[in-house]
Amino acid sequence: MPRLPTPLTLPPDRSGPHTLRRRRRREAATAWAFISPAVLVILGLSILPVVWSLLLSFQVNDLVTPSRWVGLDNYRALRQDPNFHQAVENTVVYTVLYVPLSIAVGLALALVLNRRIRFVGLYRTLFFVPFVISATAQGVLFSFILDPEFGAANSVLHRLGISPQGFLTDPSQALLVLVAITLWSGTGLCTVIYLAALQDVQQSLVEAARLDGAGRLQLLRHVTLPALTPVSVFLLLWQTIQALQVFDLVYVTTKGGPLGSTTVIVYFIWEQAFKEFTAGYGAAAAYVLALALFVVAVLLRVVRGRERTPRTKAAAS
Amino acid sequence: MTVTTTGRTRVGSRPAALPAARRRPRLPFSPWHLLLVPLAALFAVPLVWLLLSSVMSNAEINRFPPALWPSRIDLGGYRYVLGNAMFPRWLLNSLIVSAVAVTSNLVFGTLGGYAFARMRFAGSRVLLVLMLATMAVPFQLTMIPTFLVMKKLGLIDTLGALIVPALVTPFAVFLLRQFFLSLPRELEEAAWIDGCSRLRVLYAIVLPLARPALATVAVLTFLTTWNDLTWPLIAINHDTQYTLQLGLTTFQGQHHTRWSAVMAGNVITVLPVLLAFLFAQKAFIRSVTSSGLKG
Repeated sequence: MPRLPTPLTLPPDRSGPHTLRRRRRREAATAWAFISPAVLVILGLSILPVVWSLLLSFQVNDLVTPSRWVGLDNYRALRQDPNFHQAVENTVVYTVLYVPLSIAVGLALALVLNRRIRFVGLYRTLFFVPFVISATAQGVLFSFILDPEFGAANSVLHRLGISPQGFLTDPSQALLVLVAITLWSGTGLCTVIYLAALQDVQQSLVEAARLDGAGRLQLLRHVTLPALTPVSVFLLLWQTIQALQVFDLVYVTTKGGPLGSTTVIVYFIWEQAFKEFTAGYGAAAAYVLALALFVVAVLLRVVRGRERTPRTKAAAS
Repeated sequence: MTVTTTGRTRVGSRPAALPAARRRPRLPFSPWHLLLVPLAALFAVPLVWLLLSSVMSNAEINRFPPALWPSRIDLGGYRYVLGNAMFPRWLLNSLIVSAVAVTSNLVFGTLGGYAFARMRFAGSRVLLVLMLATMAVPFQLTMIPTFLVMKKLGLIDTLGALIVPALVTPFAVFLLRQFFLSLPRELEEAAWIDGCSRLRVLYAIVLPLARPALATVAVLTFLTTWNDLTWPLIAINHDTQYTLQLGLTTFQGQHHTRWSAVMAGNVITVLPVLLAFLFAQKAFIRSVTSSGLKG
């Protein structure tokens, strides 16, 4: 610690309006110097692109030649594009499977680990480690493990007498396999966050419920879970946003195949913009996705607001 | 190992004596381990397999059914990856991009966060709201125009295209602002009255207190830049400018039959993050949970 100056608590300035104003002005200049890098990067590479994207979505653009204005044509085309429909469907299936499963399993693991059990730290580490590994590395690893010919998974199945599976090369399995891989890497996050939240559940409440004769399940239902609601809502929002934006894993493992069975929305956007060079069309699809994300966020905010009101009322009375 | 050091102190959370009727034959350990051990194994097996297959010979892997345990340690994969392929170059690129991103997020995040937390200037409100709004913007929405901006700046196909958008995130500014707001004002004001400049106050008084918040920013910035694939995939074409993630996936595409080399490359890609995680596990978990609990 640096040596602190003697604690004066005088108001900052009393030396007259002139110096005060000068100091204010200098302060504002310093403040602008402090924030300008952040403002430049964030506004330049975020606000500007958001507007630009909107304009692009009304244009035909190939990233090279000047673009042409087409109005709502891109959006109309999206509505009729079977590939886009499939991408939306795949993304929804993926999200609906992944989000509740990861939260439920994460919660169950956290509840078990929250009992005074030995090696909690070791278990927590093991469940959480896959989370820090990049989607690329996960994808490459599982492409190998699940390789129909050379993979360990089929080797194990063979030893158990089960016929070899296609996994990522089978159109009816690929999306489910992707969900499983993401569960492997994403459940630990839920566990760790729930574990931290469980530490904050008021022990006095738990004790009181116990004294009133609440069993384990009643305790869980009426004390623990309600106390965890804010965290659950956060995880629901966070995991949904992550799931709707899945891309890296798909690019590395299946490239949207086989037969488009794993083409998700972001993969569709990337393909349109940077492979087919129809950037305006891609931008329109990106806007549809952004709108969906926005709706999810607003819905959850409403739910959360409704959750919060009764409790504060109860606390006040 | 450092992983078991989570002393949790919960006092009296269990009733002292259970009714005698509910007492079951006792295992020497909690029955929950019977569930947890297989589950933990399920989580660990893919990573163990990654390590094992990186030291197998190709002959062992290409057998059917493939071997599940290496008969001897074969470093051919690593030799191939470090000798013939461009992995050392990609590793260097990834290190440069991540190091610059972490440093600049710490510096610009601190400056911006401090200005928003403590200094009064015209427009601060509007700017803060705008900045918060950008946190909700998904990357897919900005990636096409960002590509066009980078192209205009002549940065496409250079590490600059990867560094510039990562220089400072609204997340870093906002997280540090929240932290600075939680500090007592008196210390800084005293120093300010004594004639210290804002920068000096920030450097000498605020920063030493802000270590946990700075660690969070560093950890999360490192994780996201190191692990990113989408943006390098868009911004980089030439293989001398690849990051490890981009290099690994192209390498896998080109060497489909050399699985041991691919897995060796995968180990190299994963190892820096894994080591950072094992050494600073507390900071990692705290970063992730704190950003979650306050969200």
